Amino acid sequence: MHPVLIELKGITKRFPGVVANDYIDLTVLRGEIHAIVGENGAGKSTLMRILYGLYQPDEGSIEVNGSPVVIDSPRKALQLGIGMVHQHFMLIPRFTVAENVILGSEPAGALGRLRRKEAEQRVRELCRQYGFALDPAAEVSMLSVGEQQRVEIIKVLYRGADVLILDEPTAVLVPQEVDELFANLRRLREQGKTIIFISHMLDEVLEISDRITVLRRGRVVGTVPAAGTTKSQLAEMMVGRPVLLELEHPPVTPGEVRLEAREVTVAGRGGRPVVSRLSLAVRAGEIYGIAGVEGNGQTELVEALVGLRPVTSGRILIEGHDVANASARAIRLLGAAHIPEDRHRRGLVLPMAVWENVVLGHHSRPQFLDGAFVDRKAIESFANERVEKFDIRLSNIDVPALALSGGNQQKVIVAREFSFNPKVLIAAQPTRGLDIGATEFVERQLLEARSNGMAVLLISANLEEVLSLSDRIGVMCSGELVAEFRRGEATPQELGLYMTGTRRAGATSP
Amino acid sequence: MEYVTSLLSLALIASAIRVTMPILLAALGAVYSERGGVINIGLEGIMIMGTFFGAVGDYVFARQYPALVAAIPDLAPAAGVLAAMLAGMAFALIHALVTITFRVDQIISGVALNLLAVGLARFLNILFFGVATQSPGVSGFTPVDIPILEGIPVLGPIATGISPMILVALLLVLIGHWTLLRTRFGLRLRGVGEHPRAADTLGINVYGMRYAGVLISGALAGMAGAYLAIEQAHLYFEGMTQGRGFIALAAMIFGNWWPLGALGASALFGYFDALSLRVVVLPVPSQFINVLPHIVSILVLAGFVRRAQPPAADGVPYTKEEE
Ligand SMILES: Nc1ncnc2c1ncn2[C@@H]1O[C@H](COP(=O)(O)OP(=O)(O)O)[C@@H](O)[C@H]1O
Ligand SMILES: [Mg+2]
Repeated sequence: MHPVLIELKGITKRFPGVVANDYIDLTVLRGEIHAIVGENGAGKSTLMRILYGLYQPDEGSIEVNGSPVVIDSPRKALQLGIGMVHQHFMLIPRFTVAENVILGSEPAGALGRLRRKEAEQRVRELCRQYGFALDPAAEVSMLSVGEQQRVEIIKVLYRGADVLILDEPTAVLVPQEVDELFANLRRLREQGKTIIFISHMLDEVLEISDRITVLRRGRVVGTVPAAGTTKSQLAEMMVGRPVLLELEHPPVTPGEVRLEAREVTVAGRGGRPVVSRLSLAVRAGEIYGIAGVEGNGQTELVEALVGLRPVTSGRILIEGHDVANASARAIRLLGAAHIPEDRHRRGLVLPMAVWENVVLGHHSRPQFLDGAFVDRKAIESFANERVEKFDIRLSNIDVPALALSGGNQQKVIVAREFSFNPKVLIAAQPTRGLDIGATEFVERQLLEARSNGMAVLLISANLEEVLSLSDRIGVMCSGELVAEFRRGEATPQELGLYMTGTRRAGATSP
Repeated sequence: MEYVTSLLSLALIASAIRVTMPILLAALGAVYSERGGVINIGLEGIMIMGTFFGAVGDYVFARQYPALVAAIPDLAPAAGVLAAMLAGMAFALIHALVTITFRVDQIISGVALNLLAVGLARFLNILFFGVATQSPGVSGFTPVDIPILEGIPVLGPIATGISPMILVALLLVLIGHWTLLRTRFGLRLRGVGEHPRAADTLGINVYGMRYAGVLISGALAGMAGAYLAIEQAHLYFEGMTQGRGFIALAAMIFGNWWPLGALGASALFGYFDALSLRVVVLPVPSQFINVLPHIVSILVLAGFVRRAQPPAADGVPYTKEEE
């Protein structure tokens, strides 16, 4: 058997305006776990889609087992034994595990009658062989994210894949689930499978992989063995300059309580409470981080706090003013800033120019008005100053927000929300989808705001971020605050137990 | 008391079964279409085509092959049903082409089909029969008795002298339910309606499955129209569908997108439809009775819609390109 299983030679893929893959060479050895790392937009997914037959390369060739192949469809890739677990799950919630697994290659008898028992049996066998805990008859909508991912992997194995491509599989998992995924991946490797693992989380990559290929702006920076490579070396390869991995977190003495929720209950769709009797308090000069698996009421809590969703019961206090069910505008005027989770829907008016977006919500301040009209000159000079201060990369402030990259769009929002000295900042997923550079920038801004005495409520699905930035951490699970820790008190593993509802505790007081 | 007995009279029930059929067939068609992810609001229009071509097929066949029809009279209505189903599929093909291939809004396409059908039926009727709104009379199928049931005292009257199309329709419901639930085709069709991208990544031809669903709905709605013309009225006349295509959609929703559910819902609507046709003894104005089926469908849907579980990608055009 050839030791080299897959060889990509000079793969180039262009999209309008970008070269997503620029003459990429990649060698994957049989039976290894090969990680591909790179910042957002480095071209990782594109490369994998080419290998899986979803895209055709503009240039370059692929060899599998030493012979040249053309992979023009996922079907072809599967015939060659290459399977892909997608970044966004491709599961049908209303189907059972077995139905999801067999869909498209169903065991069937006369008249196309499904052989259900046989299907479930085969899925059960695969689970046993690789040590996956899954019930083939369970409906997928009832499964946890980690379990859904296992279904995706089984789907690929069911189709006889020897090579598994996993595109950012850990992005959606809590630490325990990551551990379990890694255990599963190791077992797959033991049984002779080859794994291509994509991530931009460096700790994970170093933990699980044998070799690592780093991509930057569509090019291969290098391939290194995981053993003997450090995190900062990888980070530097990825970003192209030295990166501070740990931001400084200087001690700040918290001041008075600025934002307080008292027994807040919020109803979701259909009237069931999605936030139940939640209480927390954020002080000046403090970052209060909320950790939790997404969909446990964080979104609704934030919406309630900023006046975008009615509160069923309970009180919300900003500097002592009760603002439960007050309008978003009234809450803003009290000095509450908000970095929304969905920057496209709530953070920006995409077709409007950057100079307009930078003052949204502040446009009726006297300094921007000239009688009844907006004073465009004043706004433009303000916008230019913001663009400079926050290092927003754009050709000019007249371009619409939709023309900016994700990182720069987020900077526009951050620039706006940090204006006019807000007293409270509610930051929901502020670094989602940003690359290391932009993430570092936003995190730095949050820490600086804290040093300047702002009260920051940080909601993030990224546990590492919550741990590194927060002075206190609350864990939300099923709409409740199930635990509260001071900085340094909790490990990711411990938080994970609370996040998944495995453990509960009374909240400690601030 | 007199009202109550009349509300449950055998004649009324027998009539309810008859008027249930076109709703049921069209609702069954809608189930196929929407399970695949395509809303087919053009059902009404397809049904109109079915009524017209059902009558035409029947009439023309009887004219062309009088000897054959004299020997086997059922051939003429069978030809009508076949013509109606083909016309229904042809009409549905337009909907499929426009909504699946060209990704036009499914509601708009459906509404357009309904408008088109009214005009087209009138135009073709003038072409074929020289008058605008009505065809000559056509013959129906020979009624059949259900062997075992006819002996049972209470059911006897209902089980004798019924249209063979009723039996076929009920059979199609069972087959449909089994197909959707238990076959490869059904699993794929539902997969395409729930999450087309997922189905696509598994090598399923999303467009192909959706076309199949819409074409089946066309055949069944065409058949529903044929039933109205051939079995109920014994002729085509303009406006004879009376919005039953829309009631069928309501029945499909109330049946939670399952054939057996659609059967139950259609029976309910059919009962009120029958009531509106028959009731003379009730102490309310007849206009009220006439709108009863529609009011019932609105009320039922208003109460049910929150619990309805449509296919997740129902009504959403699918684009093969990524993101
Ligand atoms: N279908 C597409 N059309 C246009 N541009 C694309 C498409 N897919 C990816 N790109 C661009 O190609 C680059 C690489 O993207 P991607 O492979 O998704 O990066 P990664 O997975 O490393 O984050 C990005 O600039 C992205 O915007
Ligand atoms: Mg990617």
